[in-house]
Amino acid sequence: MPDLLIELFSEEIPARMQAKAAEDLKKRVTDGLVEAGLTYSGAAAFSTPRRLVLTLDGLLDQSPTLREERKGPRVDAPTKAIEGFLRGAGLTRDQLQERDEKKGAVFFAVIEKPGRPAAEIVAEVLEATIRNFPWPKSMRWGAGSLRWVRPLHSILCILTTEAGAEVVPMDIDGIKAGNSTEGHRFMAAGRFAVSSFDDYRAKLKRDHVILDATERAEHIWHDATNQAFANGLEVVEDRGLLAEVAGLVEWPVVLMGEIGEDFLGLPPEVLQTSMKEHQKFFSVKNPKTGRIERFITVANRETTDHGKTILAGNQKVLAARLSDAKFFWENDLRVAKAGMGAWTEQLSNVTFHNQLGTQAARIDRIAALARELAPVMAIEPDLAEQAARVAKADLSSEMVYEFPELQGLMGRYYAEAAGLPQAVANACEQHYSPLGPSDDVPSEAVSTIVALADKLDTLTGFWAIDEKPTGSKDPYALRRAALGVIRIILTGDLRINLDRFIDSQLLKHKISLTRSSAQAGETEALEEMLDEIADHGVFGAAFHAVLDRLAGKDDAPDMEDGSLLRTVGDAMPDLSTDLLAFFHDRLKVYLRDQGMRHDVIDACLEMPGSDDLTLLVKRATALSDLLKTDDGENLLQGYKRANNILTQAEEKDGVEYSFGADVKYAETDAEKALFAALDTAEAAISPAMQNEDFEVAMRGMAALRAPIDAFFEAVQVNADNAIVRRNRLNLLARIRNICLSVADLSQIEG
Amino acid sequence: MAETISKPRSFQEIILRLQGYWAERGCAIMQPYDMEVGAGTFHPATTLRSLGTNPWAAAYVQPSRRPTDGRYGENPNRMQHYYQYQVLIKPSPPDLQALYLGSLEAIGIDMNLHDIRFVEDDWESPTLGAWGLGWEVWCDGMEVSQFTYFQQVGGHDCHPVSGELTYGLERLAMYVLGIDHVMDMPYNDPQSPIPLSYGNVFRQTEQEYSRWNFDVANTDMLLKHFEEAEAECEAILTHDHIDPKTGHRIIMVHPAYDQCIKASHLFNLLDARGVISVTERQAYIGRVRALAKQCADAFVQTEAGGWVAE
Repeated sequence: MPDLLIELFSEEIPARMQAKAAEDLKKRVTDGLVEAGLTYSGAAAFSTPRRLVLTLDGLLDQSPTLREERKGPRVDAPTKAIEGFLRGAGLTRDQLQERDEKKGAVFFAVIEKPGRPAAEIVAEVLEATIRNFPWPKSMRWGAGSLRWVRPLHSILCILTTEAGAEVVPMDIDGIKAGNSTEGHRFMAAGRFAVSSFDDYRAKLKRDHVILDATERAEHIWHDATNQAFANGLEVVEDRGLLAEVAGLVEWPVVLMGEIGEDFLGLPPEVLQTSMKEHQKFFSVKNPKTGRIERFITVANRETTDHGKTILAGNQKVLAARLSDAKFFWENDLRVAKAGMGAWTEQLSNVTFHNQLGTQAARIDRIAALARELAPVMAIEPDLAEQAARVAKADLSSEMVYEFPELQGLMGRYYAEAAGLPQAVANACEQHYSPLGPSDDVPSEAVSTIVALADKLDTLTGFWAIDEKPTGSKDPYALRRAALGVIRIILTGDLRINLDRFIDSQLLKHKISLTRSSAQAGETEALEEMLDEIADHGVFGAAFHAVLDRLAGKDDAPDMEDGSLLRTVGDAMPDLSTDLLAFFHDRLKVYLRDQGMRHDVIDACLEMPGSDDLTLLVKRATALSDLLKTDDGENLLQGYKRANNILTQAEEKDGVEYSFGADVKYAETDAEKALFAALDTAEAAISPAMQNEDFEVAMRGMAALRAPIDAFFEAVQVNADNAIVRRNRLNLLARIRNICLSVADLSQIEG
Repeated sequence: MAETISKPRSFQEIILRLQGYWAERGCAIMQPYDMEVGAGTFHPATTLRSLGTNPWAAAYVQPSRRPTDGRYGENPNRMQHYYQYQVLIKPSPPDLQALYLGSLEAIGIDMNLHDIRFVEDDWESPTLGAWGLGWEVWCDGMEVSQFTYFQQVGGHDCHPVSGELTYGLERLAMYVLGIDHVMDMPYNDPQSPIPLSYGNVFRQTEQEYSRWNFDVANTDMLLKHFEEAEAECEAILTHDHIDPKTGHRIIMVHPAYDQCIKASHLFNLLDARGVISVTERQAYIGRVRALAKQCADAFVQTEAGGWVAE
């Protein structure tokens, strides 16, 4: 059985694409081979900056012969039918077999597909793979039309058996497959032929190429940590950088250099970011001082001067970069110590979004919302506002302009330099959290409030201008913002009625969006509604309160259909419901990942207070626990049975059964017992619901299981006596009402 | 390499060596374009000649102006006026990387001592409606060139593809010559009877232009010129292809493109004066791009752009 070796040799492949490309090569080639019947026993893929490599061992030397039998028409069938069959099978009439079957002689076609040699299949599969390769970005070059990530120069493709290696004949746009390749760009002598994977790998190493990216990464890490250790220092771990650097070199040579004394006073994150982003350097820390004092760079070659020239060059570039960083830092500190006023002023010239206004306007909204939210965490509204006002000031700083990834962190340094309270400084950094599903939520109260205000303002803003995420498009990361709000609320066990804040913030956006086109009194009326929301809790009541108040006045703004007030009033409820539904969708995804059934959440969504996510999750958790018990499962069945019978009867009779069940019409013990049990359950559930004690409520509901079962066992609901029947249906309605007061059990599957 | 190449001694020697190197490799050595441009790519020898099917090979120095980068001659390597060396070969030859590395050796970079790397950097010019894939080339961690395979220019797919090399001459020369501040760099040979530094030649002009660019340039006038250049570019291209006087088919692409270049530079000046807001910025860039695209559309209708009479 032959082994297959493929090398696709090109100009430098971007480091970030190499690992996936090697995997794609493996997957596409092996899938194609297997589909053509060519199985293999093992596969491995590798990448370097200039090559993608695949090796397969134990490949079949040809695909198996396939034999297919097809039953055709009867021998005496019309000629047209037989001709059609022949066309389909690709045979002539004398190649058909006649077989006697029960109903007479029938034609059979026996089609044999002979196996094909491995080389032929490999050539086809590899060509298709190259032509359809899933590069994130590909290009053409020269006068050709082939696409690859960068110009493709040669293809090595050989099948090796004990008898030797043979080139797989193929030609893609003038690139002929061969058995040779070349080593390192600068440290090798020229092309060489190979006869197997082992031979290939060994000759590459001889010519200064380490084929395996993992081996290169290990080599880099080993040398880097050794050199640092020898100087009593340690390398700051950065796996992403390590993988990237391993993709930039074929022959890694680790060099350690010094950072000029002038720059050691910069914040360590600035040193680290500047060195990593611009130079792909690792940071080397002195554990005694905690400072970053040196750097590690990885060259792609050995030199006669042992890297002296290379290191000197790198040091020079670093000094230039860090002079810039130091210049920014010192300028920024001056502004910070003067109170950051210059930055907050500047933000009024920076557009956040062309419809949603400037960063300054955005900060005003966030600050006002932070004040309103402050009681949730029992902090001073003034403190929340102060934090919100400076949280984004660093966006104007020179350092953040240069390194956007340092936003927030620089804010903290600058707020500290400005002498602001530590909680405010921390909020500058933490209010962006959580950035991802596994990122920590803010740990402090002030940060939490600013983070919530920031995210809620962003979400309501984009909702107000109808820029919601669709499908895979979410350019403003609104799903992430909503998940952030959810995680902050649930982690902190916070009690927030989102409706009220969604309504008031949406209305604020509507006010600023319509301000320029508003007639006299209109903006003021909308602003009055804002105050009313604070009192009433939701938009609907606030809207009507203001309209009623304005109705009699002479100078009242236009309130007819099509007026600004009506348009806003009509749009608000849908927007608000839609945004809350978006939160609920994100919550479902989040809880599903934690193992909560989606139907359990659905059963709680329609219950009152579902804009209070903590309450919602509490209810869902209690319901989920109940359903895991035997009582819960059976109660569900009892509820469904009651509900089915009721629904059918209601449809048939055209009335709704809801009240009026009277124990005096109860005929059997089971029926009487159910009356008693429902009384007990109601007495237990109602106060429990008042106290949001869902466990007690669920227990109360679970206690209904036995009486309901016994009732259905003993009693025929649709009795002949109409009074008895109606009484029983009304009794079932009590079951339904009690259960529905806890959760919408009809949403539960099973 | 068998022969050791001597170190150059001045800025101009590096330019002369690059000119010699690329001349020997068959490039037409062009002269700088006689208008203010932001980068060597704007020279019609690159922008327009990268379009269409005709083969092309050119190399030239291009003075480039970036008004916002002015630092009154005080920054060690940032200036509002600097030089780019530009090579454009169409179709891109298969050994372009090797040719490029040869040019570094020609200016005295010893491949046995330095670490040369091709680091992913995709190039895009929103004003020219152009993009390509390639790298920035690092020498010991410093970016010394941009290496791009043009995929699209003026909204047109490039067939064949041009290979473009852009060297930032001052930065490269400072590295080769071991100079820390650009103004200290020898412009001519320091042994010359009258040795001149880069600062002798350019410090004063950097100061003058920095002041004018940032604080003095008449923005009303610049805005007016921008509008005029835009209008003229479009007007030129609406003329009939047949010249009524000579009866020849003459599409006036280059005169139109000059107006596009003008508009682009005027925009840069307005930007440096700080009178263009973030949102307006995109709109201005879009207007220049629209001009570039019209010029590209027109160029492929000309013989130089590969048009053949029926």
